[in-house]
Amino acid sequence: MFVSNDVSTTGTMQERHIVQPRDAQHPIVLSTEELHVFYGKKEAIYEGDLQFARNQITALIGPSGSGKSTYLRSLNRMNDRIATVTGRIMYRGVDINQPDIDVYKMRRRVGMVFQRPNPFAKSIYDNIAFALRLRGTTDKHELDEIVETSLKQAALWNQVKDDLNKSALALSGGQAQRLCIARAIAVKPDILLLDEPASALDPVSTSQLEDTLLELKKQYTIIIVTHNMQQAGRISEYTAFFNQGRVLEYDTTSHIFTNPQVQITSDYVSGNFG
Amino acid sequence: MKTTQQLEKQLKRHSKAAKLEIWGKVVSFSALLLIVAVVVGIIGFVASKGIATFTSNHVNLWDFLTEKKWNPGITDANGKPEVGALPMIVGSFLITILSAIVATPFAIGTAVFMNEISPNKGAKILQPVTELLVGIPSVVYGFIGLSVVVPATRAIFGGSGFGILSGTCVLFVMILPTVTSMSVDALRAVPRYYREASLALGATQWQTIYKVVLRAATPGLMTAVVFGMARAFGEALAVQMVIGNAALMPGSLVDPAATLTSVLTTGIGNTVMGSLQNNALWSLALVLLLMSLVFNLIIRLIGRKGRLQ
Repeated sequence: MFVSNDVSTTGTMQERHIVQPRDAQHPIVLSTEELHVFYGKKEAIYEGDLQFARNQITALIGPSGSGKSTYLRSLNRMNDRIATVTGRIMYRGVDINQPDIDVYKMRRRVGMVFQRPNPFAKSIYDNIAFALRLRGTTDKHELDEIVETSLKQAALWNQVKDDLNKSALALSGGQAQRLCIARAIAVKPDILLLDEPASALDPVSTSQLEDTLLELKKQYTIIIVTHNMQQAGRISEYTAFFNQGRVLEYDTTSHIFTNPQVQITSDYVSGNFG
Repeated sequence: MKTTQQLEKQLKRHSKAAKLEIWGKVVSFSALLLIVAVVVGIIGFVASKGIATFTSNHVNLWDFLTEKKWNPGITDANGKPEVGALPMIVGSFLITILSAIVATPFAIGTAVFMNEISPNKGAKILQPVTELLVGIPSVVYGFIGLSVVVPATRAIFGGSGFGILSGTCVLFVMILPTVTSMSVDALRAVPRYYREASLALGATQWQTIYKVVLRAATPGLMTAVVFGMARAFGEALAVQMVIGNAALMPGSLVDPAATLTSVLTTGIGNTVMGSLQNNALWSLALVLLLMSLVFNLIIRLIGRKGRLQ
């Protein structure tokens, strides 16, 4: 008799389990359709279509090299010069992966914060005003106001309000990362992509950062790549599990962590691998 | 008890590797000593010879630096030798600064292209080309200058074609690869995350280059330019072939002129050791040496300032 060794047919576990968010209060603002990412000839993402709900936090988890950061960086086309991205990235009904899209304008709507805090070697004030000035905002009052509200939203204002003209390089890691968040939200984006923003931070700074994100979610749609499963559990509504270039499971965070449908997800979230 | 003594004896006997290490230290230290001795020797020799003009030949240092007549064999009406080095000092500085001013935008532009706009083509085509340009001997540059630049200058501006302008053209090409490759290094040293931060904020690539990358690379770029200037200041052969070698204050950029190095190369074989003519040339060499020390000092100061930022 023929015996299949396909994992999906052995036992009750499925091979993939994708449930896109359906919530009238939080409609989909960003989604990918048939997204494929190639580094040269090597395909890095080949099954990774997700939809993201507005004003919610979606966590992308998975082992190193699973493609979650590559996926995230494709969303605001930061991979443009590094990789080939095919398929559609639908942002409010517009495919932003078309070649004639002005990526610079698009990135003001889809902002990004990186793994390593990367403030410019400028003052705290100038770091935040950087993108505004590029956009043509020169009015001092307007700049002052945006710098203040951005820093307040990133929960950094009280610590730096007297040192706005000091170099941003003097900030601690956690402060620098919150400055980067303030810098990203100063241009009032719609969606905020965060690539392991807490991986270089100590536990206290991480916890403060998570509080900030929960506060920011009221105004922004947040997509966060994280290695830290507890972090995904604490802050996100939806979680996608990536493995070897595929999204294996996508569902509400509580489902992923309490009742995973895919064996590998189950192993991963229970700490058996990865 | 006996075993303890044996162990101690065994451990105290230096192995072959340990002896080799001492030997290696001795060799590298003597190499260092030799280099230091050579450098100190050169500086000492040039200084003693160069100062002789002022001590044994009683030339006034101020006259040497400000007088405009260079004719060490001849004494003027007051019986003072004509050793005014000002024309050469002016010539050297003029040619250095002009060639740096012309070369810098080209070098930084090329470096930006190689490192930011098209790294692949930059690595494949421009990198080897730049390295090739560095390797061309200066006499070849001078020869091309003599057969192409000088006639062209003559045709366009009249006169003999020899002068500061021709020298600047030749030096521009000569220092371009040096400044370019050092500018590339300076841009390469700017962390990638600076660029990503800027791009992710919606800055265009050009805005990223001039607001973030060039700003961050400024100390390195300045070092590159000063290195180019040091090379231009010290270049002798190619300049000597196109500048005209007239130790006069240049009236314009197309008049024949001279630099410290060109006067040295043309004059050093025609003088007798210990004579005033010879000592005066050594004084020029001393000025050159001091200037290269100043350039080195500037490079170090920029480097230190860059690190502090």
